Amino acid sequence: MLEGLLIGLQTAFSIQNLLMVIAGCLIGTFIGMLPGLGPMSIIAIMIPVAISMGDPSAALILLAGVYYGAIFGGSTSSILLNAPGVAGTVASSFDGYPMAQQGKAGKALTIAAIASFAGGTIGAILLMIFAPALSSVALIFHSAEYFALMVVGLSAIAAFAGTGQVAKAMIMTLLGLIMATVGEGALFNMPRFTMGIMDLQSGFGFITLAMAMFALPEALFLVLKPKNLQGDEGEIKDLRITRTEAKAIAPVIGRQSLQGFFIGVLPGAGATIASFLGYAVERNIATKDEQEQFGKGSIKGLAAPESANNAACTGSFVPLLTLGIPGSGTTAILLGALIALNVTPGPRLMIDEPQIFWAVIMSMFIGNLVLLILNLPLIPYIAKILAVPRNYLIPFILFFTLMGAYIGQNNATELLLLVGFGICATALKFADYPLAPLLIGFILGGMMEDNFSRAMQLYDGIGFIWERPMTLGLLVIAAILVVLPSYRARRAKHRAAGVADGD
Amino acid sequence: MALDRWIALILLGVCLAYGYAAWFTMDANLAPFMRRNPIWPSTFPKVLSILGIISTSIVLLGFEKSEAKEPDVDYRRLGEYHVGQALMLLALMVIYAICLRPLGFLFSTSAFLILGAYTLGERKWHVMLPIALIAALGVWYLVQQVLGIYMRPLPGFIGV
Repeated sequence: MLEGLLIGLQTAFSIQNLLMVIAGCLIGTFIGMLPGLGPMSIIAIMIPVAISMGDPSAALILLAGVYYGAIFGGSTSSILLNAPGVAGTVASSFDGYPMAQQGKAGKALTIAAIASFAGGTIGAILLMIFAPALSSVALIFHSAEYFALMVVGLSAIAAFAGTGQVAKAMIMTLLGLIMATVGEGALFNMPRFTMGIMDLQSGFGFITLAMAMFALPEALFLVLKPKNLQGDEGEIKDLRITRTEAKAIAPVIGRQSLQGFFIGVLPGAGATIASFLGYAVERNIATKDEQEQFGKGSIKGLAAPESANNAACTGSFVPLLTLGIPGSGTTAILLGALIALNVTPGPRLMIDEPQIFWAVIMSMFIGNLVLLILNLPLIPYIAKILAVPRNYLIPFILFFTLMGAYIGQNNATELLLLVGFGICATALKFADYPLAPLLIGFILGGMMEDNFSRAMQLYDGIGFIWERPMTLGLLVIAAILVVLPSYRARRAKHRAAGVADGD
Repeated sequence: MALDRWIALILLGVCLAYGYAAWFTMDANLAPFMRRNPIWPSTFPKVLSILGIISTSIVLLGFEKSEAKEPDVDYRRLGEYHVGQALMLLALMVIYAICLRPLGFLFSTSAFLILGAYTLGERKWHVMLPIALIAALGVWYLVQQVLGIYMRPLPGFIGV
């Protein structure tokens, strides 16, 4: 591990990669602050740039920096404007915005920055401990288990989608898998479902799909229903926190960093769930007096979601780097970028290309530090970006989505596909269908079919499912994950109905 | 019927068409030696089509009740939103896609940025024009010179 650390330090501390971290964090903070643009859109827009750099470590470092910056920027707009730029920072506005209204905006931003820094750093340390352990376990996996593991991951994403959403998330996942079968697969040298269209021969472009699923609908929603971006033009001052305040939030940060990290590791959960859960847990275990304060500007209520969401972002890298299976939309986009750079994340990544793995971990530390020292003094100035008029902003967002799709494929048909998919995605978003499962399904589709085919060939049929206990076990878990939410909802309904009858 | 169930109906149609293609059209032109393989190119799609039909039916028939909640942007109140602007911007994107090659990057991009801002209600030409031109030139320089990806800058009839 020490050797790996040294390799990572060496790679991450090259001038180029340091610049990448700083650039990534700044870009992420700037764009993450704009309400309506989540980390997925920002990373999707940055991918063409990252891919054309050609160096996988630098690309991943840049994108990870953007990811952190986006989460941090999102909390800034949550606190200052009560307009979260990112779903993962919604919980930060519960207590952050009341603090800003009381004239304590500077203090709130400082707490957010410190909590994010601690959450991210603790998360990175845990990642350093758990990832190597997990990937040595993953090395004994066969293609049958990989297939089963992907089924578990996809089912978990559907299961965590929320009440009444499981079937919709399932549909989206399956649609993603279906779209992945279009084009010429690696295992069979024949085009499938291309309907004779030459442009579909190589399948749908992953960047095009990512842009169409996230950036385009978000921009269109901004056009349809303009959000009020006018914040108070108040001065941001008094960034300091007192010793007693630091003592009060320290245990909160510690607990929520741990909890957030482990929630982030689970597929389908992630920063949003981690932050809400962190907020709820801290409110429940607080003393009665402190509970009164929650929602009215409690420093604990701000520190909890902030440390949890950053730790969860780090945690979501664990399945990506060790198993090659993304658990969230953002890590799915990162996986797509890595594959485009000819790197296959998975248990062998740490053995074959340790410099990438360790450089990413090192850059997480550096990124957190950069966010802390660069952004704290700059916050008052960075917040000015919120004043960019949307008349200019929206055409530029649309232009960057178009550019991203065009640079990736150098093909104007791709732009028409982008608009077409974007319209479909907007309709789906209207009807409350989750879009991230589609992209995750699309990215995992090819790998899933390859592993399924390999297992079928090795066992000459479907027999691998019951001949390999681990595969069977994983598939049973997947089935339980999908069925459980609707079973529980049904039981709760029955119970509620019974109570009503009793009255 | 709510929008989500209409969409489920459309997606059910997609799954049925996909399933038809997988079950009935793909295996006919399979090479004889590949028929001995336990896995065919159509195996995975066949499984997907069945699962897809099941899950779209669940939403279509309303087996899974979801609680009504107030969405951020509600399609039932679409009339109150700026639908015209959104449609105009989409049309601009299509026109941009068609014009990018024949008219060149610089012209298409600056026109797109200016018209996009105009659609959203911007009328300050002295701000719009320089911003659009600088952005178009800047992005072209970055993509062409720094990233090394060729993009035709000028209309096709002028040169390169």
